[in-house]
Amino acid sequence: MAQLPSDHEADSMPLIRMTTEPIDDAMIRALVARVTAQSDGGVVTFEGIVRNSSRGKRIRYLEYEAYPGMAEAEMAKIAATVEERWGARGIAMIHRTGRLEIGECSVVVVVACPHRAEAFDACRFAIDTLKATVPIWKKEVAEDGAEWIEEQG
Amino acid sequence: MQVQVRYFASLREATGIEREHLALPTPATVADARSALVARHPMLATLLPRCATAINHAYVEADRPLDEGDELAFLPPVGGG
Repeated sequence: MAQLPSDHEADSMPLIRMTTEPIDDAMIRALVARVTAQSDGGVVTFEGIVRNSSRGKRIRYLEYEAYPGMAEAEMAKIAATVEERWGARGIAMIHRTGRLEIGECSVVVVVACPHRAEAFDACRFAIDTLKATVPIWKKEVAEDGAEWIEEQG
Repeated sequence: MQVQVRYFASLREATGIEREHLALPTPATVADARSALVARHPMLATLLPRCATAINHAYVEADRPLDEGDELAFLPPVGGG
């Protein structure tokens, strides 16, 4: 299928990056289109969403902070592992930083593979590893105070 | 030697700075830098043991030697997603 001409900036931005801009549906559709090849039979998209409560507290908003440069480098390692282990050449990982409101998307991971089982497994691995290794920190600002979330898990 | 130290999240708030230069006698390791930084910022004594270490954007072990101009960061437990 021929691609429609587009000058949308999502079509030229790196597939692995940090952003301070909202991650919206149009961006996610563009990522799916970019990572999916004609040999792919399944594409799995994970969206992380800011929820309104955490450990019994009402959350007002979140603040994400990253180590620029190292965060992208660690995400690139995850992409390399996904390619090596599941044969997925199509992967996008975008994480937002700054202040995020309830309901906004904090992270999106898109993985395309020839078959669905690999796509699910690779996407799950990618988001789990991102949470464990990529230098990004989350501050929960609740009704009764703010704290950096530093428990492992 | 001189290295640059970066602070993020809880460490940035505890020290009140995002980065600083640190001079160390050569040769020096990450452990030497930790000791020097705790002497400079006593509140780091309780925070650094929970932190991972990165040099020039890559995770390293605590006994790793430092080189002139390295960018050293102590990373609190991460929590993206």
